[in-house]
Amino acid sequence: MVIVSAQQKQKIRPQIFILWVAIASIIMMFAGLTSAYIVKSNQAGWQNLAMPQLFLISTIAIIGSSVTLQLAVSSFKKKAVAKFQQLLGITVLLGILFVVLQCFGFKQLWESGIQLKGVAGAGQFLYVIFGLHGLHVIGGIVALFVMLLKAFFGKSKIATNTPIEVMATYWHFVDFLWVYILLFFIWIQ
Amino acid sequence: MSNEATLNDHTTDTNHSEHSDVHHQQQSFVSKYIFSQDHKTIGKQFLITGIVWAIIGGLFSVLFRLQLGFPEQTFPILETFLGRWAKGGVIQPEFYYALVTIHGTVLVFFVLTAGLSGTFANLLIPLQIGARDMASPFLNMLSYWFFFLASVIMLSSLFVHTGPASGGWTIYPPLSALGQSGDGLKIGMDLWLISMAMFIVSSLLGGLNYIATILNMRTKGMSMTRLPLPMWAILFTSILGVLSFPVLLSGAILLLFDRNLGTSFYLSDIVIAGEILPNEGGSAILFQHLFWFLGHPEVYIILLPAMGMVSEILSVNSKKPIFGYMAMIGSMFAICSLGFLVWAHHMFVTGLNPFLGSVFVLLTLLIAVPSAIKVFNWLTTLWRGSIRFTPAMIFAIGFVSLFISGGLTGLFLGNSTIDIYLHDTKFVVAHFHIVMGVASMFGMFAGIYHWFPKMFGRYLNNTLGYIHFWGTIICAYLIFWPMHYEGLAGVPRRYLDLRGWHSFNQFEDLNKLISIVTIIVFAIQLMFVFNFFYSIFKGRKVRVQNPWGSNTLEWTTPINPGHGNWPGEIPEVHRWPYDYGKGGRSFIPQTEPFGADESKDH
Repeated sequence: MVIVSAQQKQKIRPQIFILWVAIASIIMMFAGLTSAYIVKSNQAGWQNLAMPQLFLISTIAIIGSSVTLQLAVSSFKKKAVAKFQQLLGITVLLGILFVVLQCFGFKQLWESGIQLKGVAGAGQFLYVIFGLHGLHVIGGIVALFVMLLKAFFGKSKIATNTPIEVMATYWHFVDFLWVYILLFFIWIQ
Repeated sequence: MSNEATLNDHTTDTNHSEHSDVHHQQQSFVSKYIFSQDHKTIGKQFLITGIVWAIIGGLFSVLFRLQLGFPEQTFPILETFLGRWAKGGVIQPEFYYALVTIHGTVLVFFVLTAGLSGTFANLLIPLQIGARDMASPFLNMLSYWFFFLASVIMLSSLFVHTGPASGGWTIYPPLSALGQSGDGLKIGMDLWLISMAMFIVSSLLGGLNYIATILNMRTKGMSMTRLPLPMWAILFTSILGVLSFPVLLSGAILLLFDRNLGTSFYLSDIVIAGEILPNEGGSAILFQHLFWFLGHPEVYIILLPAMGMVSEILSVNSKKPIFGYMAMIGSMFAICSLGFLVWAHHMFVTGLNPFLGSVFVLLTLLIAVPSAIKVFNWLTTLWRGSIRFTPAMIFAIGFVSLFISGGLTGLFLGNSTIDIYLHDTKFVVAHFHIVMGVASMFGMFAGIYHWFPKMFGRYLNNTLGYIHFWGTIICAYLIFWPMHYEGLAGVPRRYLDLRGWHSFNQFEDLNKLISIVTIIVFAIQLMFVFNFFYSIFKGRKVRVQNPWGSNTLEWTTPINPGHGNWPGEIPEVHRWPYDYGKGGRSFIPQTEPFGADESKDH
């Protein structure tokens, strides 16, 4: 429950503002990791890696999910309930597909000999950075799933746009974050 | 979700007598005192948990001071309580390192971060900006419970068989990355890292809320430049926390991987107990960068809330407007931004490029400018004021004293050339304990004495308060002033026994003195804890709404405010919070409109 001062004119809803601050915070975490990567990639004994193609396919999945979620938001605003439920469902499925593809990507990488033990290299960072990104995606999927359940079985109609907008902003952010770290790993070797 | 509906929930309870909190709505014990979403209760939860940790952390310092002051003596009683950690009544080396590690961690993070900003941000933000609660009371509750979880994990690490983490509070690898290197670096270290991860989640959830609430939920008329200074301080603190804690989390995650999964982020070319480890290409210095990128802002996370509260308390009790309100905000902004750019001054002796070092020296010494601005503003606020020496006020003045004497030694340490000599000596210990540790504790005490009536509707005992202040400030200087001399003579920190050096024998009596004073000051803090808990139940009751004659909004609420803070409408704000001694009146609350003949300027 959010208690808001009635007198105050609000430029931005606090919930969305909280999310933006949280995004800044998550960016700092990944900035810490990627700058650690840059520092270490200049040191002796650094091992490069070949990026599995699977990660490119998962990119398509997550970008697709961003598109469907955005369509879901606009159908929510038009009060097209059935279409909203459909698009939200597709988004959840695409999100799960992304996570599954990531797991297969990890498996492929692991079997090609890039493992955690031993000499420092891009692979160790990849598992950590992609893994942490994956956790953020899984968190998003859980939230999407709860939203989906509410859309189908919720007793009260959701009155405001805020929850779905917060959700969409977060989801686009993890999408953007994925593209950033993927390009980072491809370019900085 | 209608705002009016939630508003009305709280307007039903208009009869705010002294016992109004008892029959305020029909909340169960659990939702009122345990899983509460009321910011005031969450603030008290942070404070009391912080006090428990302060007792543990303080007790640990007494134990290791016993070793430092009396290395040749045995204390059989220690063996009774601590068993094999104090075999034969002598504190064992592993235990000594565990004590200093946990003392540092607990005081820096659990007491002076969670206990200080957690308490006062939660308590004061909605009350001083004029809001019914935080932007998200639920996240706020989660913030406390993550802190509680971190506390439980850290506490449990004290009881594992191999003992708690003992690699120092900075947990530098490779020591902390290799369980083989000591008992205290086995499961205790993992628990430390997990506990800190929970703690970081807690402070992030809190920080998000504090920023969003201050920026978005101010009452009508409360522009940013009408905010009381504690609000500005907490805003900057939260920004620092939200942007720097995640980096420590990154560093801790990589360390967990190195410890448990065999990666080489921080490890390279290591031979331990005759075994050659396969790790290669890691960099231990990388961890220091990640750690101090949080570690230095953390100093200001600790200090800024204390500064904000001290500004407020000095102004209220001098009956004078704070001197240089905008300069105070500007200097806090400068401290906040520079705070991000000075982390490598902790790393001058790591082989850092001397040119890079000189940049960090320059940026570090620049912080002296905003710090000096703040000091002069505090002194000029006091100057010719009609000062009322409440316990809160003398603690605030004590803060200024400690901040000056601790800050001056920062100028020595900020110079990379002098730091090469002073690095890792008792001089460093003395410096940061005075400027960050004791000073912030004083800010916290000032805040507790000042806002205790708002928290519990009763006063703390004044006499005990004065004894607390004089005892603590005298003891603090007795402990840390001589340590500067020891440090200048080259006495290293982190050593449990200095008898091997003949040149340090001259400090034998001094170390005994420091240890005895530590025990005394610990007893004085216990007296404060007694005063705190006794006064919650038996203290003198607050009879007037605004006991200190203060302008800010928290004193326009009932004596025991319920959830929602104001029984009726939230008051509107018409002026800045520091109209003290204006036009012959000792104070003019922020809610009072401008009089017809009143000048608009402050």
